[in-house]
Amino acid sequence: MSDTVKDLRVDTPAADNGAGFDFASVLEQHRLEINPVSIDTLQLNITRQCNQACTHCHMEASPNRTERMERPVIERCLEILSGDNRIKILDITGGAPELHPAFRELVERAVKSVKKVMVRHNLTVMFDDKNDAGVNKNSLMEFFTRNRVEVIASLPHYHEFFTDRQRGTGVFKISIAALQLLNRAGYGQEGSGLVLNLVYNPAGFFLPASQASLESDFRRELLNRHGVVFNHLLALTNMPINRFKGQLERSAAYPEYMSKLKDAFNPEAALNAMCRSQMSVDCHGRVYDCDFNQALGLQSILSVPVTVFNFSYDEFLKRRIVFGAHCFGCTAGSGSSCGGATT
Amino acid sequence: MSYYEPEDLKRFAEIGDFRKDLADKFFSYYGASTSTEGALTVREKALIGLAVAHAKECPYCIDAFTTKCLEAGADPDQMTEAVHVASAVGAATILVMGVQMRNAMKRSGV
Repeated sequence: MSDTVKDLRVDTPAADNGAGFDFASVLEQHRLEINPVSIDTLQLNITRQCNQACTHCHMEASPNRTERMERPVIERCLEILSGDNRIKILDITGGAPELHPAFRELVERAVKSVKKVMVRHNLTVMFDDKNDAGVNKNSLMEFFTRNRVEVIASLPHYHEFFTDRQRGTGVFKISIAALQLLNRAGYGQEGSGLVLNLVYNPAGFFLPASQASLESDFRRELLNRHGVVFNHLLALTNMPINRFKGQLERSAAYPEYMSKLKDAFNPEAALNAMCRSQMSVDCHGRVYDCDFNQALGLQSILSVPVTVFNFSYDEFLKRRIVFGAHCFGCTAGSGSSCGGATT
Repeated sequence: MSYYEPEDLKRFAEIGDFRKDLADKFFSYYGASTSTEGALTVREKALIGLAVAHAKECPYCIDAFTTKCLEAGADPDQMTEAVHVASAVGAATILVMGVQMRNAMKRSGV
């Protein structure tokens, strides 16, 4: 084992299975075995720094966070991508990934290796003039367009009230201005090939409506009210972890929300869970089954904790996925993943 | 202390502790009427439920149908409009009685 790998060993915290929300036993009741099947997507969380601090953020990102993906980790991830064409998608997230100084270099090198590079973009960062990564609306738009990255933009609702409740006062108006700029650059426009997908998540302690009905509402309302167009809407369930869990607990609503998720358990959604076909990497190169396990520090384990430095595609498929109570968030109702509903 | 405890709503099914056959019929009818797509969408039904909950001043129903509306994708404008409909119809039921007042006035020779 290399020193780097030894350094990255962590005491993986036990998943929260208490208070009657034992996900593994529910899988057992349904006689479901949820094992890895492939790695279609490599998701990199390159920074926890963000110009916003949203109430639902499972990464607890904020302007005060300083974690940034280290150079050796970036190099190794690029090596993994160029060395194995079975991984088809690079999904770059954060924080606001654009704030990482090596963001542009990462994208420019990755587009040469993978079929698709997705960037989880919070829309407001392009209007943030206080960052030290040179992010501004003109340069970012030109960069996205030139590299034809798929933009996954957070917009919790077409209604200002819901969006600002979750993301902060004034965020909605800035987000609409950003969407209009993206549209002007060709994003979301039919025939342009520049994909703009929006991400919806509920403004409170409730489950999302059907993705199809929400997409149709967003399409109608954003076009009529703001002249904004987009490709698809991804409806995500709020994960009962970290900042959102704190909000639930402060309102004494955690048990009720968890019961709601558990009662809505959908075996089909469990079979389509994203953890079966992706890997998630943190700033230090530690590997997880998903971004939520990353947020909880639940590292993937083979004989040792998995990192990008000891990673092998075929070996990684032999791991047991780490489950916890939060997994009910991905299996409730129509299912939820970084790509939206799963059924 | 209030007679209306939000937790009590979860005990609604206890009504079936006696004459379960009647409770089963009710809950089946209730689910089919409010929670399935038909000529009306689930969201439209949820908004009607929200309006009725206000008209009947039922805290349990207001809790339940607020959540139901949100989970059906209703936005705050739609939900508020539904409550205004209930309010306006409620006001109208009083105001339209003014016609009876006018009739009574006429009968009094006014």
